[in-house]
Amino acid sequence: MREQYNEDLKKLNDMLVEMGNLVEISLEKSKKAFKEQDKTLAEDIVRGDQSINNLEHDIEALCFKLMLRQQPVATDLRVIATALKVVTDLERIGDQAADISEMSLSFNGKYPYKTVEHIPTMMKVCREMVHEAIRAYVTKDLERGKRADAMDDQVDVLFSEVKAEIVEILKEGKENIDDCLNYLIIAKYLERIGDHATNIYEWLEFLMTGELENTQ
Amino acid sequence: MTSITAKKTRISDNILLALIGICTFFSAALIVVIIVYVFSKGIPFFKFKDLISPQSALTNPNGLLGNIINTLYIILGTLLLACPIGIGGAIYLNEYAKNKKFVEAVSFATEVLSGIPSIIFGLFGMIFFGELLGFKYSILTGCFTLTLLILPIIIRSTQTALASVPESYREAARGLGATKWYMIHTVILPSCLPGILTGVILAMGRIIAESAALLFTAGSAYLMPRDFFSHFLESGGTLTIQLYIAMTNAQYGQAFVIGMILIVLIFLMNALAKWITKHFDVNTKE
Amino acid sequence: MSKISVQHLNLWYGEKHALKDTNLEIEENKITAFIGPSGCGKSTFLKTLNRMQDYVKGVRIEGLVSLDGEDIFGKGVDPTLLRKKVGMVFQQPNPFPMSVYDNVAYGPRIHGIKNKKKLDEIVEKSLKSAALYDEIKDRLHSSALGLSGGQQQRLCIARTLAVEPEVILLDEPTSALDPISTSKIEDLLMELKDKYTIVIVTHNMQQASRIADKTAFFLHGEIIEYGDTEKIFSFPEDKRTEDYITGRFG
Repeated sequence: MREQYNEDLKKLNDMLVEMGNLVEISLEKSKKAFKEQDKTLAEDIVRGDQSINNLEHDIEALCFKLMLRQQPVATDLRVIATALKVVTDLERIGDQAADISEMSLSFNGKYPYKTVEHIPTMMKVCREMVHEAIRAYVTKDLERGKRADAMDDQVDVLFSEVKAEIVEILKEGKENIDDCLNYLIIAKYLERIGDHATNIYEWLEFLMTGELENTQ
Repeated sequence: MTSITAKKTRISDNILLALIGICTFFSAALIVVIIVYVFSKGIPFFKFKDLISPQSALTNPNGLLGNIINTLYIILGTLLLACPIGIGGAIYLNEYAKNKKFVEAVSFATEVLSGIPSIIFGLFGMIFFGELLGFKYSILTGCFTLTLLILPIIIRSTQTALASVPESYREAARGLGATKWYMIHTVILPSCLPGILTGVILAMGRIIAESAALLFTAGSAYLMPRDFFSHFLESGGTLTIQLYIAMTNAQYGQAFVIGMILIVLIFLMNALAKWITKHFDVNTKE
Repeated sequence: MSKISVQHLNLWYGEKHALKDTNLEIEENKITAFIGPSGCGKSTFLKTLNRMQDYVKGVRIEGLVSLDGEDIFGKGVDPTLLRKKVGMVFQQPNPFPMSVYDNVAYGPRIHGIKNKKKLDEIVEKSLKSAALYDEIKDRLHSSALGLSGGQQQRLCIARTLAVEPEVILLDEPTSALDPISTSKIEDLLMELKDKYTIVIVTHNMQQASRIADKTAFFLHGEIIEYGDTEKIFSFPEDKRTEDYITGRFG
């Protein structure tokens, strides 16, 4: 029964998986672009963000169509409602990945990636966290999602450390002030990416338990 | 694709249609012929004064007023007896009786009753009401006898009318906390009144038409009543009885006149039945 | 305390076990909806609550149904008084073939109100409560059968309100009505719940989710799930409830 509906719901899931993949790839690439100061790759990412945005629109349109035509309830309702929310978080992660890569092209120093010691760690943790959150969401694995959520604390700690480090560097006057501010902004982006990954986990929790946490 | 314009004529359909048409024509024609015949034979003998004076060897040997009045007496008396019993019985059977077997037995009995030739009622009425109960040849004996005759009609038509009341009315009344009798007299009876009245009118038709059951019970007297109530205990012949007597005396002129009057009466009754169904039916009133 | 409490209610139509050990607490001043596929027992259950089942042949009932703590099957119970307290509105609008006024006054008259002025008041008040008065105040004395389907159904609600019940049972009251009449009745029920306890059987799940505070899902004579409407429609606990409300019922 309700064949078309079931097909559309499956399509919705496929699109979410696809979008998750794109966001992960974008994040991975932006790390690489920053690390290697790769101008071409950075431009690639900014272009790639456009296709993430397009996919977000398509998913939203499909969700609205399903709500309009099928009046979803119960699990279907939660699947569609969370899809609508999760795509926003995914899209933001994609945006921030693009912003980081764009910004990473403006540095003057020799090894900007390693100048602030904790930024590479933070990137690694965020990358891992987003991966886990997305995988948890598409496989409906609440335990895995919890682990991803736990990593947010790590990201927050790292952010404070990065901040302290930058303050230190500024005091010593070793580096260009502009660059230092950009480092801070990149760290802030990473911290935001962590928050979006947390949101994804919280929507997963709602999907599975029907309970709404205080999502941001 | 087949076209919708390729209309085929089916011969078998046409033959059937023609047959049905012929049947309809014959039944209609038959009625018209009878009416026209009776009227053509009756009109030459019809005199208005016959309607307003009783039969009397001295003043008017063809007077019919006594018979007309007797007919009204019989109708009135019989309906007064049969309606409460018949309608009440039908209400009991349909609304109250719990024992299904009993209801079926009574329905079966009424069906049998309606199939018995009326002369047998006449015989029974004469012996039972006339002799045994001592009412002799009288209008009252006739009324009792005819009551037996029309009871099945009234019971049946009332039962049908009751059964046709939508279940939703009963549900609604019960849902508001109405007791059974309250529901019956406020909702059910008003809404099936036309059906009951139609049954009563059919029964009146039967009374008017009846002769065999009256001949040996109410007799064939044609005198005017001397007193409204005591007339019930006197012998009195209805129009139909008078028609029978006229025929046995070879007074065909009078017979056709009475026939004419009876046809008009039956026609009026049917028209009345139609009118009542139309104007008293609360279910179609807006 | 709940208004109506049903405990271990079993009902048989002849050999057919139509309600199987059903338990339910119906809360006061709330709208409780019964949903479920045809023949699941939801209407049967509803009609047990004011003993309309008394008129069904071959019915056998076991278990306890209490209204404000009183057993409705108890010895001294007068079903007509029970039905004065627990009124009912049916699927097909079923006004009596009489005037609008007499329809509304029918119930009060049963219960002995004869005073013309008092009746006038009750009729006006009931029609107003049923949001019908303004539409038909000029036609009070013409036949109720001349009203539209939606008006007839609101008239039936007014007729039920006129006996001042405490509980109103509605058996698919809008299934024969167009969408506009349906929303009028839904609005009306939302207003009425402040004063009455409302129980509604509906085939329309959107209707249940729109107006009901509590929803019970019936299947094969059992109550599968009962709880807050929002909970039932967003996170049903039983797989069968989920399958039914999402339209994947086999």
